[in-house]
Amino acid sequence: MSAAIASGAEPRSRQRHSIFRNHLVRAAISLVAFILLWEMGSRLKLPWVGAVPPPTVVMKALLPLLTDQGYWYSWYQSSRRVLTGFLAAMLIGIPFGLAMATSRIFRDVTFPVFEILRPVPPLAWVPAAIIFWPTQELSIGFVIFLGAIFTIMLNVIGGARSIDLRFFQAARSMGSSNWDIFRRIVLPGVLPSIIVGCEVGIGITWNVVVAAEMISGGGGAIQSSAGGGLGFFIWNSYIGGSYPLIVVGMISIGIAGYISSSIIRRLGLLVTPWMRVR
Amino acid sequence: MPDGKPATSGGEIGAWEMVLYRVSKWLRSPTPYLMLVGFALFFGAWFLLSEVFKVWRFASLPGPRQVLLEWINPHPVYGLSLYTPDYYTHVWSSLRRVLYAFVISTCLGVPFGLFLGWSRNFREFTFPVFETLRPIPVLAWVPLAIVMFRADETPVIFLTTLASFYATALNTMLGVQSIDQSYPRAAACLGASKWQIFRHIVIPGALPFIFTGLQISVGVAWFSLVAAEMVSGEYGLGYVINTSYVNVQYPVILIGMISVGIVGYASSALVRLAGDYMMQWRVRELALGGGR
Amino acid sequence: MSEAAAAVAQHAAKGAIRIQNVDKVYYAREGRVQAVSECSLDIRAGEICMIVGPSGCGKTTLLNAIAGFHDITGGAIYLDGQMLCGPDKPKAEPGPDRVVVFQNGSLFPWKTNLDNVAFGPVVQGRMTRKEAAEKARGMMADAGLVGVEHNYPGEISSGMRRRVEIVRALMNDPKVLLLDEPFRALDSLTKSVMHEALLEIYYRNKVTIFFITHDLEEAIFLGHRVAIMTTRPCKPKKILDVDIPHPRNYSVLTSPRFRSLMEETVSAVHEEAVKAFEAGEKEM
Repeated sequence: MSAAIASGAEPRSRQRHSIFRNHLVRAAISLVAFILLWEMGSRLKLPWVGAVPPPTVVMKALLPLLTDQGYWYSWYQSSRRVLTGFLAAMLIGIPFGLAMATSRIFRDVTFPVFEILRPVPPLAWVPAAIIFWPTQELSIGFVIFLGAIFTIMLNVIGGARSIDLRFFQAARSMGSSNWDIFRRIVLPGVLPSIIVGCEVGIGITWNVVVAAEMISGGGGAIQSSAGGGLGFFIWNSYIGGSYPLIVVGMISIGIAGYISSSIIRRLGLLVTPWMRVR
Repeated sequence: MPDGKPATSGGEIGAWEMVLYRVSKWLRSPTPYLMLVGFALFFGAWFLLSEVFKVWRFASLPGPRQVLLEWINPHPVYGLSLYTPDYYTHVWSSLRRVLYAFVISTCLGVPFGLFLGWSRNFREFTFPVFETLRPIPVLAWVPLAIVMFRADETPVIFLTTLASFYATALNTMLGVQSIDQSYPRAAACLGASKWQIFRHIVIPGALPFIFTGLQISVGVAWFSLVAAEMVSGEYGLGYVINTSYVNVQYPVILIGMISVGIVGYASSALVRLAGDYMMQWRVRELALGGGR
Repeated sequence: MSEAAAAVAQHAAKGAIRIQNVDKVYYAREGRVQAVSECSLDIRAGEICMIVGPSGCGKTTLLNAIAGFHDITGGAIYLDGQMLCGPDKPKAEPGPDRVVVFQNGSLFPWKTNLDNVAFGPVVQGRMTRKEAAEKARGMMADAGLVGVEHNYPGEISSGMRRRVEIVRALMNDPKVLLLDEPFRALDSLTKSVMHEALLEIYYRNKVTIFFITHDLEEAIFLGHRVAIMTTRPCKPKKILDVDIPHPRNYSVLTSPRFRSLMEETVSAVHEEAVKAFEAGEKEM
């Protein structure tokens, strides 16, 4: 649904002559302006911004890292955690959500418990998870799992509920069994919502992974030599006083997060080709 | 000519009777009893596994009875219960931060989102930067925030505000974009100027999405706040959870978790109620099962 | 011109539209689409002109051009001799002299019916809220809408919503009422009641009505003239003069004259409908 009401947005029946009307050019201009403002603010020692290393320094700090094996290993570690936690959340959350959507009894029993657990932020579970799980990796994995699963389940339930009743009626009138209906109506019908849930969930997952890795590096709940990952990299850079590396770490995670969201979106479109023609 | 009798009933069935009727209907269905079964299973299993049978790792977890007794204990073993003023200091500390963050992020995020949706020029110049910064997880900002804002409270509030701001701005923008284009067109026909359209059409039209965004933003705020409090800062429920782990006061961990859950849920519900109040027309329309 | 003379002139020349050689081309995903091509049509002041054609043929594009929602790529449109849009000014300004009633209804869901109806004059600054509310109440009562003033649009039936929307438009003393298949979503029983309601409103207000529909019966029943349009690109194929006298009521539907008018035109309409069907165009 396009913002047809926004000023200046009518169907383009004439070519706009000015290059400054092109949205890609505008995007480039705004990004360049942002970087320039950052550079100036940083060098001029403005309040707040002055404490942040300028982009040129950050770039200089990044270059040697690109060939540093440890840096890429951090990438691997964080990505691995994100992947495993997220997959676990999907493997359990999707069937659970479908069960809650299809069976009234199951939903009435489990949904209230689900609803009272949901408001507790995932990171609040960290100490309890450490007490419970034997290894630190499992604790982090559990917290990641929790972070993603509530979102995924909510979206599955919402998606299943919103499937038009008439699809079921049409299928029945063509002689479908329960299993057929599940496989051919419910599953495809829920797919778009699952994908949306996954997109949101992966954002939460990255947040949790980064936080868990930082906590494991800093003081607090997790004290251990294992750990690593990009969150740990950021925290370490902070402790070690190499502030440009903090920003490098942030940018790296941003890129990683963006890549994972894109992958999900692409995979999603692959699995739901009918959503492409809007 | 058919006369224009409204579809709603005036005072034929009172509101109170409707509530009573619905409650009695609910009680007669299996739903509330199954709900009790669910709770019983959950708490029962927890109780049995951690306090009675002490199975595997559950042995080190505090059980529900332990936690409850500690929570309502006038002289708590670990110093924190419903009777201690410290408890409320921490709750209020967290609540206050969320409040600040929510107010700031709403005051910034809603107008920003409205303009993003309304003006193509504004959007094309601002959205790219917004979208580029968005993939950076809010919690990755923690060290930078500490570096930027030396003080104790400010980084925490900054992080929480940042997270909420994204949610609010994005949902507001979606809200504006979701407005059916025939509404502003009709307003233009009726002689409304651009600003009048903004005031009378865009803002009310985006309100449902704005309130969804605000609910999400409250949830996100709590999420970020607890994490930020665990890493830096004093006082607050996140801090409580963290330190009670370090000081081996396990039941307090759970008290902290439960408290966060309750306060978080209540704040979300408050936003939802505020939304329902401000959008009477929507509530009535949905109640009558109608869309456009 | 003095103010009084201007007011008289405004009421006298109420809404003659001249569509002159209008072209409309736009660029969609599938490429270049010619929605309207060299379309010329004259609509007389104070008449009900029905525009009939298959879905997606471009009639709405014409309406949007008159209303000022889209620009045109060629030709010109005049209202009472004044140019609305043309070569130097491809897009008209939307305004209360040409109010649109939309297909799916566009009463603002967050305002009460009364506030909706009073919206136009208030927002233009022509009346205070109190004055507008009083006038609105009166006009709503004339249209048979009593007791729903303080309800929201979502609470009343769709037939009533349509009437409220028409009254909202008429509050502004428009020269032209642009109706884009307003009764399409109503069932045929409600529709026949709405037809009589619209005629009654018309007899009271004598605005020019530009009414788009795909229903030939509706067109012949309501209109002074019926313009049958071709499939995309849109232009008038045949213009029918409906010489059944006004005021009309539903008994007209079974009159022999009505039936013979239907006979004359149904083949033309059907021809275009088949063309559109075979072209498989998606409705816009």
